[in-house]
Amino acid sequence: MAEASYPSDLSYHEEHDWAQIEGDVATFGITWYAQDQLGEVVFFDPPEVGKAVRRGEPYAEVESVKAVSDVIAPLSGEIVEVNDALSSRPEAINDDPYEGGWMVKVKLADASEVDSLMDADSYQELLT
Amino acid sequence: MAAGTDILKRTPLHDRHVAAGAKLVPFAGWEMPVQYAGIREEHTAVRERVGIFDVSHMGQVETSGPEAEALLQRLLSNDVGAIAPRGAQYSVLCSDDGGVLDDVFSYRLGPDRFLTVTNASNHERGHAWFERHAREFDATVTDRIAEHAMLAVQGPQARAVVGPLAGGELPERFTTAELTVAGVPGVLVCGTGYTGEDGVELLVAPDGAAAVWDAVIAAGAAPVGLAARDTLRLEACFHLYGNDLSEDRGPIEAGLGWCCKEDTGFVGADAVRRARAEGTAEKLVPFALTGPGIARQGNPVVGGGVVSSGTLSPTLGYAIGLAYLPMDRTQPGTPFEIDVRGKTRAAEVRAKPLIPEER
Repeated sequence: MAEASYPSDLSYHEEHDWAQIEGDVATFGITWYAQDQLGEVVFFDPPEVGKAVRRGEPYAEVESVKAVSDVIAPLSGEIVEVNDALSSRPEAINDDPYEGGWMVKVKLADASEVDSLMDADSYQELLT
Repeated sequence: MAAGTDILKRTPLHDRHVAAGAKLVPFAGWEMPVQYAGIREEHTAVRERVGIFDVSHMGQVETSGPEAEALLQRLLSNDVGAIAPRGAQYSVLCSDDGGVLDDVFSYRLGPDRFLTVTNASNHERGHAWFERHAREFDATVTDRIAEHAMLAVQGPQARAVVGPLAGGELPERFTTAELTVAGVPGVLVCGTGYTGEDGVELLVAPDGAAAVWDAVIAAGAAPVGLAARDTLRLEACFHLYGNDLSEDRGPIEAGLGWCCKEDTGFVGADAVRRARAEGTAEKLVPFALTGPGIARQGNPVVGGGVVSSGTLSPTLGYAIGLAYLPMDRTQPGTPFEIDVRGKTRAAEVRAKPLIPEER
């Protein structure tokens, strides 16, 4: 993905993760900035469905050719779905970080945590 | 190793890297391009066509004088007397107890004049080591790092790209020639490299580096960063100092016994001779993961041993690396397991090199 983009319908965490909130379920992924910093992602180590995730703590690993990085949960809850397609096509995290590159869906434990996330404008300010 | 807050040295090609959109990172006190278009694209360019690397962070030490050869024979593990005029030779520098202080290439520029290329992170220590031993010889040691930029042009088309720019025949593999390249006189062209491909390395005066860089790029070479340099060297099973070599390991266990000629009496030769005769507890071997995951430097091997280098091989599409394994598990085909951050990953010892030589 050549051009930086930060969709306005997503919420952002300072560790460069996004969440798309639909009711009490949120989809998580990493931002354009995060995938650009990583470089080409070559391996996604998914968590298991049913696992609890805590806001601000790692729930998965992504590896570029050079290094491994933790993926941080922007919100707390329980994993209800994992993007299995990333196992065979981890490059989707680079090519399409907000659609094909989604990582997990999480049933949220505490809806009020959502208020702690940034909107796209605030997140982009953080990057400058 | 310089801390991140120190002022980083820049190569004469810094502007070129910025203009090419390189990601620049601190490396051994230098600000170096780690990546341009992308690791895999750059890697493939070198394997299939041709790439150019700025490796000006590499150091050079010149040794000259009537006893220059004798001094190097004392410092370097290989038989320096066997270097032909204009020849090149790989060797290691050992401490008294046989640990590896650096791995270097030495070029014979004249009967009594040699240039030794050191690793960036070891250059100052290496130069001091040369100076210290030079006192016992009629030889002069000179730090030449400031007089050279160093470019590597590597890949199956490397000679076809550099040849027309050079005012003379390119040197054969493991030999050197002083040529005018892209109008820049006095370039030391060396038939060496660190990728497993054919190619040349160019030692050029700093103020001529940009002209050579531009001409090689214009002739079709892709700029390639240090990240792809690492994946390329690992596929070819070339050692990286700081990963696969250190003061805590000797050349025999590192699989570098072939470049150690103990009869020359180099510093550390007694320890190397002992290790060769008695054997070592572990040996460095290439490996591949046979399932998912990527092993990295420092990951422990289950049952003993440690990964010294690991990455995803862009050529093979799976994880490879080098690991120190107990002697009884070093045969190619031997299965073993690596603890990768708490997950057990299946691996297998492979033969060297990890990629086929004929592709």
